[in-house]
Amino acid sequence: MAIIYFSKDHEWISVDGTTATVGITDYAQSQLGDIVFADVPSAGTKVEKGKEAAVVESVKAASDVYAPVSGEVTEGNAALTEDPALVNTAPEGEGWFFKLTLSNPSELEGLMDEAAYKAFVDTL
Amino acid sequence: MTDTATEDLIETAPEALPLDQWHRSRGARMVEFAGYHMPIQYDGIMAEHLWTREHAGLFDVSHMGQLIFTGEGVAEALETLLPADIKGLGEGRQRYSLLLAENGGILDDLMVTRLAAASPFDSEGGYYMVVNGATKWDDIAHLREHLDDDITLSHLYEQALLALQGPEAVTALARLAPGVEALTFMTAGAFTIAGIDCWVSRSGYTGEDGFEISVPAEDAEKLADALCAEPEVKPIGLGARDSLRLEAGLPLYGHDLDEETTPVAADLGFALSKRRREEGGFPGHDRIVLERENGPILKRVMLVVEGRQPVREGAAVLDAEGSEVGRVTSGGHSPSLGKAIAMAYVPAASAAPGTSVTLNQRGKIFTGIVTPMPLVPHRYHRKGA
Repeated sequence: MAIIYFSKDHEWISVDGTTATVGITDYAQSQLGDIVFADVPSAGTKVEKGKEAAVVESVKAASDVYAPVSGEVTEGNAALTEDPALVNTAPEGEGWFFKLTLSNPSELEGLMDEAAYKAFVDTL
Repeated sequence: MTDTATEDLIETAPEALPLDQWHRSRGARMVEFAGYHMPIQYDGIMAEHLWTREHAGLFDVSHMGQLIFTGEGVAEALETLLPADIKGLGEGRQRYSLLLAENGGILDDLMVTRLAAASPFDSEGGYYMVVNGATKWDDIAHLREHLDDDITLSHLYEQALLALQGPEAVTALARLAPGVEALTFMTAGAFTIAGIDCWVSRSGYTGEDGFEISVPAEDAEKLADALCAEPEVKPIGLGARDSLRLEAGLPLYGHDLDEETTPVAADLGFALSKRRREEGGFPGHDRIVLERENGPILKRVMLVVEGRQPVREGAAVLDAEGSEVGRVTSGGHSPSLGKAIAMAYVPAASAAPGTSVTLNQRGKIFTGIVTPMPLVPHRYHRKGA
């Protein structure tokens, strides 16, 4: 049973044991607008909590996607290369960015659950 | 401590334009631009862009400066600052021109129209000019400094400016203002729209057929409502305005044009009339004529960038040795082509269509192919067409 956490940088991470899937939230995609390009990390890439892990570009601007936790990427979402608009249409589904193996599961403790994230977005 | 010093410490908050509440009530996302709150988008840049290319989009460009010039010898006076044939401009005729610095650099790009006998501005024999919003205060200071005291410059700060752009613009506007369809590209006249006295030109900044409408600020909401009540028309934000003009190869002042660029390097030779080139008498004439004969060092071109990632303003153009020899001045995603496109200054030897140029954006290398401007064909309603 996967548990979903959220970061203040508007990433979500769905965790099942020590494996997880990362994407950007519906709020993030609505703020970015039409997504025209996504550069996701390839398998084997080491990512570090709070550091740039992927790039997403809207019509307007380029934005970094940060790793909500540290770990090693097991898969980048190849579907985003052909259809970056999946980030707009299914940000918390088919529009995921990468999967990874957690190197330090205790980092999850600093993240928000869905209710806390919703309350955080309401303050923005 | 002087008053001036105190003023410098006060941050000026963005101002509201006449349609501010109108945009907000229609769900626009507002951003600061040129010192004003302006709508960046409503439904989304992509949808708004494509709507304008297929139907008609309404753009609020009230941040731009609208100026009137009158007085004895006004045409001659304007010719001392602009390279356009102002004296030869017939009533209701509009020209694209440039405000030039002494060294031939571009201070602003603009539209100038000789007013007809009938206009809402009641300035027969005068000239109407539209300049960029971000540069209007500097332009006004420059013009006041350099024009004779016999010339009166009036800033129409109580006029809003709306642009209706797209292939169905004429259908929508002619329903409200019969006769407007008789205007051809770069001509203008007085029209009553929804009971409001307006000054209308057939021109714009999207590459599409369309109109620019000067309207009293107090009537701007009424006009915007009337236009958006037409089934062809939707309000469009600044985001799509930028992607539309980029596809059309139209430069944006402060990005693709500035005081360091000349009309020749910017590939705006059409703005230098033959008579003015031969006679001179405008700032930077000697340098511009020499550059026109010998060719510029750098030239503004359009690029189609390989891959899908946009290459944006500030990316470097590299030569074979990896040295920076040019610069991307605008870039982004083209909604009409589904490709990454850019405007750049490249060495003249690399400016021919089909040439491949190397770009560096934050350490990542891209390839751009020089492609004839515009990338999306202009669909202006020219005379005789």
